[in-house]
Amino acid sequence: MTPLAVSIAGAVASLALVLVVLDLIRRHRLRERYALLWLATGLVLTALSVWRDGLNTIAGWLGVRSYPPAVLFAVAILFIIAVLLHYSTVISRLSDQNVLLAQKLALLEQELRVRD
Amino acid sequence: MSVSSSDATVTQVSEILATAVPLSVDPRLRELRRVAIVPALNEEHSIECVIDELRAFDAGLDVVVIDDGSSDGTADAAAAKGAYVLRLPFNLGIGGAVQTGFKFAFEHDYDIAVRVDGDGQHDPAQLVRILAPVLRGDADIAVGSRFAAEGAAGYRSSRSRRVGIRILAAVVSRIVGQRVTDTTSGFQALNRKGIALFAHDYPHDYPEVEATVMVFRHRLRLQEVPVSMRERGGGQSSITALRSVYYMVKVLLAIFVGLSRRHVIPQEESA
Repeated sequence: MTPLAVSIAGAVASLALVLVVLDLIRRHRLRERYALLWLATGLVLTALSVWRDGLNTIAGWLGVRSYPPAVLFAVAILFIIAVLLHYSTVISRLSDQNVLLAQKLALLEQELRVRD
Repeated sequence: MSVSSSDATVTQVSEILATAVPLSVDPRLRELRRVAIVPALNEEHSIECVIDELRAFDAGLDVVVIDDGSSDGTADAAAAKGAYVLRLPFNLGIGGAVQTGFKFAFEHDYDIAVRVDGDGQHDPAQLVRILAPVLRGDADIAVGSRFAAEGAAGYRSSRSRRVGIRILAAVVSRIVGQRVTDTTSGFQALNRKGIALFAHDYPHDYPEVEATVMVFRHRLRLQEVPVSMRERGGGQSSITALRSVYYMVKVLLAIFVGLSRRHVIPQEESA
């Protein structure tokens, strides 16, 4: 069985994540599009922390008998990998766009100079 | 938005064009500087008809086409028709594209803006009705709604999209305390206040729903006007069932988080 302290700590930390994400959206510092995965992470981890029987059951399916909270860590790591991968694709797109903008700007500047 | 229209639209649009009756433009409109904002993505087949129809509706209407990174001849076709063309260096999505148009309207001191999609689904002849409440001073923003009319029929689209539109309409009506039937309509008319608000702040991706809530939060007046829209010409909307769900979740999140923000009530024209 998952120790109670682990459940409480897990739930508090996950809920804090959800609240921080919501506040960042509210203050226009995080776009909804990039917040959804974080919110899903926070909510799933909260659920698994609070729902202690569920965590044990899932641990049972996976054959984790000695320490069920390990499943909590595994799920957290999976979500973090997903978020990071998502960000890698976002960064790739941004850097492509950045190159395009710089090129376009250079072309426009040259055109303006020629006109002067 | 992201579909190129087939020849079907062209025939359809030009048929309607051929039968269009010359319209008497509201005299109040003549003294105002007015612009049509037309976002377009790969609409080279329909954009010329849209511009022609806008001119037929009102010859004194400036047209600005925002080419949201089209890979076809949309921008050239629009420029050849004498429209102002803003070519975005890459696809910004509908929200970013439309806001570019609002910024143009704001910076060039237009009094009135109308928004018409570049795919020909909005019939400019109906702008008379959409403009009416704005010109009367009853609304800062008027939105053409497919569902506002009694027993509105004729608008067909995918089931998931219809359900989504209905849920969003219910949620938004509840929040703003006014019945809103079509929160996804991009067929709109705005006065200077509306232009200023959207030039300053406009949502991304799937903007109309959030924008509707935003309008009320800023104490601007919005009115819906019943209109009919044409069938989308070629292809289908790019919005599939799964995407609909994603958009729903995202838009609802945006709306509810947005409610907890403090909003600045804009002062009377300061520009």
